[in-house]
Amino acid sequence: MTPFRRLPPSRREAPETDLTQRTMPSIKVASLGLAALIVSLACLAGTPARATGLEEALRGLGSKSRKTILRSIKDLGRAGDPAALPALEALRDRKLRVDEQDRVLILADDGTLARDALTGEEVPVAGQRLRSPVINNRIRRTLLPVIARLQLSSPDPGVRLAAAKEMVKRPRSGAAGAIRSALETERDGKVRQALRLALALIEIDSPDPVRRISAVRTLGASANANVRARLARMLQTNESGEFTAEPDPEVRAAAAEALRSIDRRLALVSLARNLFYGVSLGSVLLLAALGLAITFGLMGVINMAHGEMLMLGAYATFLTQNLFRSYLPEWFDWYLVAAVPVAFGVSAVMGMVLERCILRHLYGRPLETLLATWGISLLLIQTVRLAFGAQNVEVANPAWLSGGAEVMQGFVLTYNRAAIVLFVFFAVALVWVLLRRTPLGLRVRAVTQNRSMAACMGVPVSRVDMWTFGLGSGIAGLGGVALSQIGNVGPELGQAYIVDSFMVVVLGGVGKIAGAVWGALCLGVVNKFLEPYTGAVLGKILVLVFIILFIQKRPQGMFALKGRTAEG
Amino acid sequence: MKRSRWLKTMVAAATLGAILVGPSHGARAEDVIKVGILHSLSGTMAISETSLKDVALMAIEEINAAGGLLGKKIEPIVVDPASNWPLFAEKARELIEKHKVAVVFGCWTSVSRKSVLPVFEELNALLFYPVQYEGEECSYNVFYTGAAPNQQAIPAVEYLMSEEGGGAKRFVLLGTDYVYPRTTNKILRAFLHQKGVSDDDIMEIYTPFGHSDYQTIVANIKRFAAAKPTAVISTINGDSNVPFYKELANQGVRAEDIPVIAFSVGEEELRGIDTAPLVGHLAAWNYFMSIDTPENREFVKKWKSYVKRHNLPGGDKRVTNDPMEATYIGIKMWAQAVLQAGTTDVDAVRQAMGYQKFKAPSGYEIRMDPKNHHLHKPVFIGEIREDGQFDIVWQTDGPIRAEPWSPYLPDSATKVADWTYPWVCGNCTEPKYK
Repeated sequence: MTPFRRLPPSRREAPETDLTQRTMPSIKVASLGLAALIVSLACLAGTPARATGLEEALRGLGSKSRKTILRSIKDLGRAGDPAALPALEALRDRKLRVDEQDRVLILADDGTLARDALTGEEVPVAGQRLRSPVINNRIRRTLLPVIARLQLSSPDPGVRLAAAKEMVKRPRSGAAGAIRSALETERDGKVRQALRLALALIEIDSPDPVRRISAVRTLGASANANVRARLARMLQTNESGEFTAEPDPEVRAAAAEALRSIDRRLALVSLARNLFYGVSLGSVLLLAALGLAITFGLMGVINMAHGEMLMLGAYATFLTQNLFRSYLPEWFDWYLVAAVPVAFGVSAVMGMVLERCILRHLYGRPLETLLATWGISLLLIQTVRLAFGAQNVEVANPAWLSGGAEVMQGFVLTYNRAAIVLFVFFAVALVWVLLRRTPLGLRVRAVTQNRSMAACMGVPVSRVDMWTFGLGSGIAGLGGVALSQIGNVGPELGQAYIVDSFMVVVLGGVGKIAGAVWGALCLGVVNKFLEPYTGAVLGKILVLVFIILFIQKRPQGMFALKGRTAEG
Repeated sequence: MKRSRWLKTMVAAATLGAILVGPSHGARAEDVIKVGILHSLSGTMAISETSLKDVALMAIEEINAAGGLLGKKIEPIVVDPASNWPLFAEKARELIEKHKVAVVFGCWTSVSRKSVLPVFEELNALLFYPVQYEGEECSYNVFYTGAAPNQQAIPAVEYLMSEEGGGAKRFVLLGTDYVYPRTTNKILRAFLHQKGVSDDDIMEIYTPFGHSDYQTIVANIKRFAAAKPTAVISTINGDSNVPFYKELANQGVRAEDIPVIAFSVGEEELRGIDTAPLVGHLAAWNYFMSIDTPENREFVKKWKSYVKRHNLPGGDKRVTNDPMEATYIGIKMWAQAVLQAGTTDVDAVRQAMGYQKFKAPSGYEIRMDPKNHHLHKPVFIGEIREDGQFDIVWQTDGPIRAEPWSPYLPDSATKVADWTYPWVCGNCTEPKYK
């Protein structure tokens, strides 16, 4: 026999200190006591005086006990009084406060004024000790449908649409009456559609099979994954194959038909979604790699410090943001636009300095270039770390880049990703114009194609090198602006992209900008179509294997440079 | 040649310096107690580990200000293993053999701990490890002041399954592809099976380090969550968290629809990011900066004034977090044990460590388990606020005893970590002395 037995897995040790000894003003104990008090008070006062129900429920919203808050929300939901809406919305947005006299206040946006939730009178709150009720996800799940129901009568169609969508998300049988009466007066087509969907989700549980069939048909016209799950539940069977959820065979047939049509639509949505995700991933890769396509592709410099140019661009964005925050707060949402030239400039200057001071002494010696640029990259990382700290810095998304639009049901086009796709068009166009339409571009191309011949023709080869390297670095800086909108900005930002960037350039074909574009897009789309089947880790490995095989077959990449220099 | 002469001079000077410094060093060693601090101050882990070094120095300063230990001052020896796992082992050996430190406080990632473990066991030295980890280990030479899985992950899942936590029926186990998430998720899967959750209702996803494209994953989570109430249990490592939460928010997934509970997102990680998309999501820890107890108010005040006095980077934006509290508790407990033992001798201190109690900032009297070298810790669940702090929405009734060997995994269920008689073993299925 073993002398020591393990505790059963779920049993925990009892509190080790006596409750009375514990100095912690245990939130739990205190709030439990208060809850008990409030509940008992509510029992005493609640039932006879229903007229003061609103007042009491509003007061309950500010309670320290979550049980009381929950009950108050339910009471307000049952009462359906629109007067309670501001307080409920304030609770949702964490704008509800309780002052020392236990008044429930709604904080105004600037935080210095508040309105009493009951009387509506204005109360100055500066310098007061205010307590805010703590709510959790369970309370929010009760709160949101109640708010949605009250918002159905809002004059703003946008608010009504959001409310109707909330009701689709969390159908509550009690809301059926409110939805029906809202449908009678509703004129906006989108809201009507969402409301009908919400109603169908309630009526699908109706005891009347005719209603159920009509509800199923309404649901079949949507492409909502939640709706699909609800319909699938109707066709559940037990082990012996009997249908357990839906007794009526006609309803089942309608449900099966509706499921098929939803599935068809979902497949289409999924295709569109994967395509967008692929293009979006490709754009990110392209932005990271475009600068390298110039410095490595055109000039042949194996630039390991390329990632750090991205990083510098991102930090330039961060600094621009801070400047806007302190000096131009009213224009804050547009700081990104200003950050574009700033980031380009910072990275380009840094690139030119590097080229002048170090790289030009190493042309033609790839191994030394590799080591030197790698050293520079470490140097830059540590410098930034010393200047800004090892911590990531915060770069906020401007309001117009947060969120997304539901372009199809079940496919949300996120604004930041969409903006990056557009931005990459801009960057590629910029590079194309610079290389094809300017005297500098002409010289760059001349030097790339035949260096000594260009020199003989009077092209200042060395200066062109400097400008080209500056251009490549500046484009990398633009990439940094974009990357700051989707991820972290920290000293190691560039390290994550350096391998991907080289992959894109090598796959696309060294020396061709178009190659980088196609390389990046192919990598993105292939990656995104593989990911659902293989997972992100295996997907990445498969893409790498694919690139290696491709390069074996076609060492010059997708686009080969035509002419004599291609042999090198 | 000129160069070689210069070299010779340098070597001579260095030797002379070593001779001069050597004895004085030895003489000083008698009136100070040296302790090692082994945290990365450069490289990827610098983000998290720098503040552990700072809080360790603060605790040591505090002990010295109160007169030191056994009449001696504590001298911290700070080394930088630079987020390089093999270097951790080298630096640990340097601390123990060259500097003769009495104890080492350090490591963050599990792989760095695994790398130094043989060194500590070979040289019979002490390591205090302050970070939550995956368990499945219990060394005679390590005191674990962070959480074992049953002090963080298991209570978190129990909370998500409860009515208060949203009654989740489906779980997405999402993590970065390395040892901590893999092991934790293995334990969680076994635990969920025991709770009657079938494999169809568990989705396990891993991403490479530094992954930043969560579009497909979020879309899949949304589809998966359509059928039943779902919660995401995230063991995503550091830098990938921001792209993940941003994508969630942008695709319109809100915390009340699909709550995400994270085991590696704390105040320090939230400091450098735009918190708006994270608000309402959850984290499980044994300490939050927002805990309202007199002990914590004092701890935070001490930290703020330490930051100010030493002019640390970050200034008044610096925060306290769970591993910092664990580091602080570890140092204070070690000092108590040294006082009780009357010596810094490793074996004596180890004996004295068991049953050590300390009134922790979390407000509980935390106790070191003499058997398994882990702390008994309370578990808190916090909801992320806009200001990067947490609202505590749930907590355990009191401290929970650690279970380094998970009872949910068949391989480890029979193992026992007990360093007292008659077991005297951290990894056995039967006692050493019967």
